[in-house]
Amino acid sequence: MLVRRVRTWLPGLLLVAPSIVAIGVFVYGMLGWNFRLAMTDKHDEVSEGRFVGLENFIGLWDQPRWHLSVNHAIMFTVVFVLGALVLGWLLAFLMEKGIRGEATFRAVYLFPMAISFVATGIVWRWLMNSGMEERAVGLNRLFDAIGLPQWQWFRDPDWGMAAMAIPAIWQMSGYVMALFLAGFRGVPEELREAARVDGCTEWGVYRHVVLPLLRPVTLSALIILGHISLKVFDLIVAVSGKQIITDVPAVFMWVAVFDSHDPAKGATIASYIVLSVAIFVVPYLIWSVRKERRS
Amino acid sequence: MTAVAAGRRRVSTGVRLGVLLALVVVFLIPIYVLLVTSFKPLTEADPSQAWNLPQTWTVEAWRVAWEKLAPGLWNSVLLAVPGSLLSCALGSMNGYVLSKWRFPGADLLFTLFLFGMFIPYQGVMIPLVQLLVGLNELTGLQFYGAIPGLVLAHVIYGIPICTLIFRNYYVTIPDELIEASRVDGAGMLRTYWSVVLPVSGPAIAVVIIWQFTSLWNDFLFAVFLTGPTSWPATVMLNNIAGAQATPYSQQMAAAILASVPTMLIYVLLGRFFMRGLMAGALKG
Repeated sequence: MLVRRVRTWLPGLLLVAPSIVAIGVFVYGMLGWNFRLAMTDKHDEVSEGRFVGLENFIGLWDQPRWHLSVNHAIMFTVVFVLGALVLGWLLAFLMEKGIRGEATFRAVYLFPMAISFVATGIVWRWLMNSGMEERAVGLNRLFDAIGLPQWQWFRDPDWGMAAMAIPAIWQMSGYVMALFLAGFRGVPEELREAARVDGCTEWGVYRHVVLPLLRPVTLSALIILGHISLKVFDLIVAVSGKQIITDVPAVFMWVAVFDSHDPAKGATIASYIVLSVAIFVVPYLIWSVRKERRS
Repeated sequence: MTAVAAGRRRVSTGVRLGVLLALVVVFLIPIYVLLVTSFKPLTEADPSQAWNLPQTWTVEAWRVAWEKLAPGLWNSVLLAVPGSLLSCALGSMNGYVLSKWRFPGADLLFTLFLFGMFIPYQGVMIPLVQLLVGLNELTGLQFYGAIPGLVLAHVIYGIPICTLIFRNYYVTIPDELIEASRVDGAGMLRTYWSVVLPVSGPAIAVVIIWQFTSLWNDFLFAVFLTGPTSWPATVMLNNIAGAQATPYSQQMAAAILASVPTMLIYVLLGRFFMRGLMAGALKG
């Protein structure tokens, strides 16, 4: 009996075995390896690296540059996630009931996703050029022409990271639109009709029928945008390079590994990035797998 | 519908259309800039003409950009083509087993796989470099600092998303089909080969497009794992654009060149691209 059961599932297990090993080693093994490295004093390429516990994790907070990069990441995340969510939702809302040329609209809003941050970073660096007055190019020149004020964009010491979120919103809001559009269209017409028959206004139908059903989509979008935001790297490098003024943890890690040759510090920063993502991705995964099993 | 309601409806459609069109213009601004600037001669690199169309059109910037970027483009092809094919093969086998040939603990395993989809690659970067360096020393082959190492990394970290896409697709194949094949005496591989694989077309397209795009656009792995001779287009583009002496026209021509393959895929196969995106949202 047992032998027969084993014989039914063993071939399958063997077929996925290479992937299990690969994921085990390259995802979990290496995450563990990285955490261990972060708990050593291997602050140059050659030293042995003794175990020092959480020393590096605590010590990082003594560095002004770390505070700066964390603050930047928070500001970027808030502006980017809210911006992409609101704009994506608005686009979907405007198209929800069908509109002439919908396919073209969708194609235009979605195309930035196909292009790399490195390529679009080049044009955004030009658009958000900080030159003012007669030296102004990009948006500053355009704003001047239509009477809007010029500003420093990503070079602004206080709001620079909000400007940095603009290209990211441009890149990702089409995706959010697609998610919401699928969500809107997933609401059965009978449900809306039933609510109308019950005397709901169009706004009431939206408020009480459609919005609650969009909650799972909103959550998915939030998780996807959030995890992209916390590890943002190529956009920053492409737009501003490795400047302190736009430092985020992922760029700081690169500097620690390549410029300061400090593996333990790089690993510590990387660990913080992983933890910040895991805090909300892990519960989300558990929740969504459970939900799928129930249905 | 009353005349008033119909009128109101027409107005609201007009407003919606207007807002959507305005946003189309906003979304296309970067593309306008890329194209217009890339055709400008150096003499028009004057801020006051920044938004104008070129007075004299020239492809000089394109020629130089092509010369500088060509090796990177070729490296990207060598990276993205085998990488996406390998990802596809692995994802298909995993998806098949996890949906149709399940074993105890398959759900848990799948969840553990999925987490791999979200991990920030920074968290595995340093060990990955060390491992690939070790592989170089062990085998005498080029993993670290060359394309094979980069392909390996992408294929492995692509397992979660590829498995997810195939699994969600294979779930829609009726179990009776698999059962019938089993009753006929076909084993797991035989069933895969003659029942499952022939209907896998759409999922294969989605995975290849998804992986091709992410391999082509990747920067982080490439920066950490490759050396100057194996830099893909993204890294080379970043270096070209980072050099102060490179005129804007060349930077933008190079940016367009580096985006041509993924744009082509998007234009020609947008439907499948879209499905890949939706799969990434954990929705089947």
